Order: sequence, then structure tokens, then C-alpha cells
Amino acid sequence: MTESRTKLGVEKGCVNQLVGTDEDLQRQLAQTILKEKKDFKISIHLATSLPLPAERDHIRPRIDLIVFMINVQSKYGFKNIEASLAHVDANFFLGKVCFLVTGVGRVNHCSVDMSAVRKLGDVYCSPLVFCELELEGIRISTAQRLLRMLQICAGHVPGVSALFFSSLMRSSNDE
Amino acid sequence: MAFLLRKQWALYSVTPLYKFSYANMKEYSRHLSAFVAAEKQKGLAMVVGIDLSIKVIFSTLLGLKGTDRDQAAILVQIASKTQTISGKEEEKVVWSGWFCCVFGDELLENVPEDFICLPLFLANGAETYTAIIGTWFQKTFDCCFSRLTISPLNLAWMAAMWTGYKVDSHAVATELIFSVPCIPQRLDISYAIHPEDAQALWDTVQNTQGEVTQEEVDLFMDCLYSHFHRHFKIHLSATRLVKVSTSIASVHSDGNLKILQSKYLIGVLMLLTELAILQIQ
Repeated sequence: MTESRTKLGVEKGCVNQLVGTDEDLQRQLAQTILKEKKDFKISIHLATSLPLPAERDHIRPRIDLIVFMINVQSKYGFKNIEASLAHVDANFFLGKVCFLVTGVGRVNHCSVDMSAVRKLGDVYCSPLVFCELELEGIRISTAQRLLRMLQICAGHVPGVSALFFSSLMRSSNDE
Repeated sequence: MAFLLRKQWALYSVTPLYKFSYANMKEYSRHLSAFVAAEKQKGLAMVVGIDLSIKVIFSTLLGLKGTDRDQAAILVQIASKTQTISGKEEEKVVWSGWFCCVFGDELLENVPEDFICLPLFLANGAETYTAIIGTWFQKTFDCCFSRLTISPLNLAWMAAMWTGYKVDSHAVATELIFSVPCIPQRLDISYAIHPEDAQALWDTVQNTQGEVTQEEVDLFMDCLYSHFHRHFKIHLSATRLVKVSTSIASVHSDGNLKILQSKYLIGVLMLLTELAILQIQ
């Protein structure tokens, strides 16, 4: 977990929360995101499930984007995410939640039904982003996408709100 | 049909065969025999013993179809004449392969005129022979073979469905094998369930007779997983299901099948035909 120094209310900062059971992949993605060039401060928090421990509630900054990492090769991970979703405040689902779906490339190793994953995206009105994070090139482009989303969710892009952006992403998924 | 049982079959999906004719099977036999003999002379074969001749036999297998629209199954066998120590000539089948299509309606819908659809291919015998036969078919009928691999999701369907089939005698424990990605060495977990318990569980889960849903399969597997977790504190749902063995048949995710009972053969082939069709598309 890396923290940036933010002076209260002065500097522009964005907070990203990654949730998923595959800790290695989470860490790799977080590092890739941090390596990307950007002109704003970012802090990424990692967790294997929600809710986050209550003891740190008072010092936890406001979270701008929650990324749930679904690995279709693990039914256990998927169930974990389903349970975690119940603990997310409804306001987040107005564009501040995104599902990152990995592991689809190896068809033989799929333990989670794709229609169940799509249904999750529909039920929680949040976009699905498919990627294979083991490959560096794709990890970098995914990191760039997430950074862009994070900027929008934190309100740093004038004229584009989180809700508007997520509805754009979802309508292109349906086609 | 008994020769199909208790043998290890490697599964392949095959694209439709162009201009294959059931009437020309004798000619195909002659052609393929010559081809196999020629390939063997190239030094690719490995048979031990004195080979007098290799013969390829084409035949149709009756009764291995779902509907009348399905094409008749084709059996190809390689028989080799060897000389025994006592000087007698003995003909033995050294390799078998069969093509079939069971309830392949989905594929048959859009197929143009000159094509025969037999999407599922099963082979038993030396790999080198399988390669030779495959090459000949690909050259002659412009088709494509690929190994049929099965995902954990589909293996779970087979575990649930085959457990549901009622077996009169020789009921064997339902065994599931899971692969755990561990460094440095991969770990395999084998979970065996008494056949009556497995059947009882499936009976409570399944609602409509003759119809199986994803929810029912998921529930069946979840019950097995939570039972295992209660005893061993291991989450099997975080591992990968690689092999399913029941009284009906056993299948491995690499695409290896063994059929143990002929009673539900059509049901087994139906599932596999569906997977083969999905792989082709």
C-alpha cells in the first residue's frame, strides 16, 4: 500500500481501491498504475475483501474508484467479490465501481460462468473491463484506462461526471 | 459396442468433412492403408515385432446418433498382422478411432451441401498413428482436428449429470480431482464421494426431471465444496477441477475419456458433441 502526502483540501489527490483475492496480481497492477506518468497525486489501497477494517475508518480518505478484480479461474474469488459487494455504499454504484475481469484467455481454466459475470455487471450497473494482467503490455494499457477512469471519478475532468462516463462504457459493452 | 468401454479415448473436435461418402469406404480403406504403410517406411512408426502388413478398416457404427439428422458414426481401425513365436499369423487391432455426432442439431443447421458433420473424434492407440490418420483425413477431406479440452465449468456439469444417472450395479465412488497451483510443485487433491451420497445430494438439488440448470450444478458443487471445507478447511472453489470420475464415465480436462457403462453412452456423447461443436465455432 503506497500513500501520497496530501495536504488537507489543497492538493488534488485521487484514491483508488482494488479488491480481489489474487494478491500478487493486485500488487503488480498497483505498481504498474503508479509507474504511469500523471500530473496528480494518487493513492492505491489493496484489499482481499470488504468491508474494510473499521478501526481505520477515521483516517481513511474518501475513495474515488473501487475496482473489483474478478478472476474467472477461481470460483472462490468470485464468491468473495459477490459477498464484498453487499458492503459497498449504494452511492458508489453511480459510476465509481468497475469490474476488472481476468483469466478469460485460458478457456480451459474457467471455473466461473461468463453469464454470471455479465449479470453482476448488469445488476450493479457497473462496467466490465476484460484484460489479462500477466502480460506487461496489457497491464500497462489497463493501468492507463483505470487512471483515466480514476481522474473522472475524482472529478478532475471538467464536463465529464463519473455517472456519465460509466453509462458510456456500459452502452458500448452491450453492443 | 462393448469394445468402446473401458478404453482410454483421446478427444478431438473435427470440422465438417468435405465430400466424404459412405459408399466409398472400401476405397478409403485401401488408400489409407497405403498411406499408413508409406508413413511407416519413413521411419515414423514404432511397432515392436515383425510387421507383415498394416490394414485399415472403415466401418459404420450403428446406434451412435441422437436424432435421424445426425450422420452415422464412422469407425476406423488399424489392424496389424504379426507373426507369433510359433510362426502363426495373428491380426490385431492396434489403433481405433471413431467419429460421431450425437444431437448435433446446432451445427447441422448451417452446413452447406457437400459436408458431413461428425464433430467428435475419439482415438485409442499410439499417438503416431493418430497423427498419421489425422493428416490423411485433413488432406483428403479438408477438415481440421484439434484436441478437445474441457473447462472446470463443463467438468462440473458432467459430474452433476452423470451422478444423476441411476446405476444398477457396480456403482463406483464419484471422484473429483482438483489441481492446486503451488510453487514449486503442483498439488493434486482427490475428493471421493460415496455414490449413494452423491446421488442423494443430486436428487435433493435437482428440480425438474430431465432438465438441468447452471444453478443446480453450482448448488451441487457448492454443497460438496462446503462439506470439504468443514472437514479440511480448504476452499476447493479456489482450485481448478481437472478430472471427474463416476460410475458412468471418467473424463480429464486435457480431453481424455473412459466410458464405463454403455447404458448412458448417448448422454455422454451428447455432452461431448456439444463441447466439440462449441470448440469448432
